Amino acid sequence: MLSFIARRLGLLIPTFFGITLLTFALIRLIPGDPVEVMMGERRLDPEMHAQAMERLGLNKPLPAQYLDYVGKLAQGDLGESLRTRESVWSEFLTLFPATVELGLAALLFAGVLGLLAGVIAALKRGSLFDHGVMGISLAGYSMPIFWWGLILIMFFSVSLGWTPVSGRIDLLYDIEPKTGFMLIDTLLSDEEGSFKDAVMHLILPAIVLGTIPLAVIARMTRSSMLEVLREDYIRTARAKGLSPVRVVFIHGLRNALIPVLTVFGLQVGTLLAGAVLTETIFSWPGIGKWLIEAIGARDYPVVQNGILLIACLVILVNFVVDILYGLANPRIRHQR
Amino acid sequence: MLKHAVIPLLVGAGLLASASSAFGASNLVFCSEGSPAGFDPGQYTTGTDFDASAETVFNRLTQFERGGTTVIPGLATSWDVSDDGLTYTFHLREGVKFHTTDYFKPSRPFNADDVLFTFNRMLDKDHPFRKVYPTEFPYFTDMGMDKNIAGIEKLDALTVRFTLNQVDAAFIQNLAMSFASIQSAEYAEQLLEQGKATDINQKPIGTGPFVFSKYQKDAQIRFKGNKDYWKPEDVKIDNLIFAISTDASVRMQKLKKNECQVTLFPRPADIEPLKKDTKLRMPEQAGYNLGYVAYNVMDKIKGSDAPNPMAQLKVRQALDMAVNKQQIIASVYQGAGQLAVNAMPPTQWSYDTTIKDAAYDPEKAKALLKEAGVKEGTEITLWAMPVQRPYNPNAKLMAEMLQADWAKVGIKAKIVSYEWGEYIKRSKGGENGAMIIGWSGDNGDPDNWLGTLFGCDALAGNNFSKWCHKPFDDLVKQAKATSDQAKRIELYKQAQHILKEQVPMTPIAHSTVYQPMSASVKDFKISPFGLNSFYGVSVGK
Repeated sequence: MLSFIARRLGLLIPTFFGITLLTFALIRLIPGDPVEVMMGERRLDPEMHAQAMERLGLNKPLPAQYLDYVGKLAQGDLGESLRTRESVWSEFLTLFPATVELGLAALLFAGVLGLLAGVIAALKRGSLFDHGVMGISLAGYSMPIFWWGLILIMFFSVSLGWTPVSGRIDLLYDIEPKTGFMLIDTLLSDEEGSFKDAVMHLILPAIVLGTIPLAVIARMTRSSMLEVLREDYIRTARAKGLSPVRVVFIHGLRNALIPVLTVFGLQVGTLLAGAVLTETIFSWPGIGKWLIEAIGARDYPVVQNGILLIACLVILVNFVVDILYGLANPRIRHQR
Repeated sequence: MLKHAVIPLLVGAGLLASASSAFGASNLVFCSEGSPAGFDPGQYTTGTDFDASAETVFNRLTQFERGGTTVIPGLATSWDVSDDGLTYTFHLREGVKFHTTDYFKPSRPFNADDVLFTFNRMLDKDHPFRKVYPTEFPYFTDMGMDKNIAGIEKLDALTVRFTLNQVDAAFIQNLAMSFASIQSAEYAEQLLEQGKATDINQKPIGTGPFVFSKYQKDAQIRFKGNKDYWKPEDVKIDNLIFAISTDASVRMQKLKKNECQVTLFPRPADIEPLKKDTKLRMPEQAGYNLGYVAYNVMDKIKGSDAPNPMAQLKVRQALDMAVNKQQIIASVYQGAGQLAVNAMPPTQWSYDTTIKDAAYDPEKAKALLKEAGVKEGTEITLWAMPVQRPYNPNAKLMAEMLQADWAKVGIKAKIVSYEWGEYIKRSKGGENGAMIIGWSGDNGDPDNWLGTLFGCDALAGNNFSKWCHKPFDDLVKQAKATSDQAKRIELYKQAQHILKEQVPMTPIAHSTVYQPMSASVKDFKISPFGLNSFYGVSVGK
């Protein structure tokens, strides 16, 4: 097992450097530089431009800039945003909890509903419910997030008035960000009704972000369950006279969950990608929105290190899933 | 017994709750379109940054009348200009307090030291504060103030004198612009001592109508009404909150649900439905902007060996009269635009109303092209902006319509577009052919249109036509160097006639600015400069 973990860890190092090189190169391939964007289209005095490029260290040759970047990274220095001049790490820490909160809510929504729908669809294979779930999940999977978000806002927020339009909380509440997680911060604050308000704000974005993972999880659970239900040990369990609930959930679902768990891991990447759009629609102050703006502003340190941090997170989650999978399935562990 | 004990507890909890939240107070939530890059107005150039700092936290020596371009006293109560127009003496307002916050407690009121700190920091590259916190001041430089201010002196605690190298008739207007917001010298000193110079950009201290309270990136900015403001009648809101909402559709939905009371930049498709909503108001104003087509008049366009047909006046006249402006306004501006005739908006003083547009006449255009010896099928490039701007909501569509108009008279226009920064850089270098571009006024002065966009000094800058015409340039320069307004008006009118005859550009439209808001908002005025100010604004029930 240890050598398996070591092998996986060994793979992480080149991946990490690959990402630094890729983000460093990609952001610089986009025409325009941060100083041009910062000073606005009309106020670009060549002398001032040169002075700002020098101040930001962007006048050096690209290899030197890359070495500077990697050198600082090695010391744990993520640099500061060219636009706001705040440290990238502190901006990330401020915004990341909002994305995590939204991501977890979306995953909870997708996980609970997806598993239930998948299991029932598998048990009632070929029924109207099965076709319905599969049809809806296919539609969910192909749903353009932006459009879906706006439709939900117009229906639930504007027409029915059930949920707020956007943001994390009614701004008339002045909540001190102690943990950055709005649900926790509202519980810690004295503001009456703020927790409920924060939950109401979370519902629509979580549904929008969770739609694609929900569709994937439902379909995956169904097909995995169908396979498992055909196995001999299920027949044996039934023959022993175990209750159907026990057969399905303890013997069936538990085994069917292995591939679904992997999908959960992979969905972390999907969630972070979806967060970019969901956060924009719902004015959710998370890292997705942060990165989009940074790309527009050619804020090199934010784009490079923001993507690096997210990539590390995705790698880490998948690494943990790999290990868990390896633990659960010895065949994977012994593969060379 | 228990009931008696519980009720006071509940009431106490309620009081505690109301202590920090904004329920019950007079609040205004503004759905803004983005996060500011910072709160030090001198460093920035966009309305998003200025709304969050210059318009709320700060004042300037002079200021623009709310909703207009007229300059009125601000932190300076009056000023004297020397006969040669090179010296300006400002008499400062007495007893103006800087904001008291949890990060700064001022020990003295505003005085000449603050004015000196503000301007010397922008002027002097070796200024102690700039050494510790290096930054550029792009707007200050762009308005030519770094080169034109020879010096600033403190005559006494409440009098300062600016000496200029050259007469600049727009100097007072320039001082009213957001970048010239007055900072506190005492606060700057404190920041230097504490080694926290960067806080000048994150925790602003000014004398303005609202006191900065909190900023959560991409979420909200909170301000409190300044109870000590020098013009108390201007502060009618207890809490001013910016709810940062980047998507235009979402901003409109929030407004409809009263999650915010004022917003900006509605999409053209949303304008009619919003106008019909009885709970909302939609004031509009002819934009202080201009969308136009600049014709590169150089003999040869940079990067091409072929002669440039647009170097000939007749070709430019032909292109100009071949443009069906009415159709462009209907399609590109979706009716929210006003046909432009001159190189400045009609609200700009000195605008010449006697000038008329050349009538749309494709036949005459063809004849002119024939006279100029331009063969049918001659190719030119037509540059289309890749972005939406206040003066042009859809440059790509405009380019396609111009292409069709010019095709009718036998000119083949090839549409070219680059990423925005690249677009500006290449066109400043003279690579453009005919070019869709525009301008929004900075300071209410005619020179900001005629000089900035068509002056010979702007050839490497915003003169995208590369048109340097001495008779025109002399008039504009002469007008800038005199402070006699009547004379200036006369000179600018003459200049507008020359520009119309020489056709270095075709003015297309001034886009209408809409500002959707709740019907409960009183006395909001649309700024011609595209800024959002909330002093003097109140919210009713």
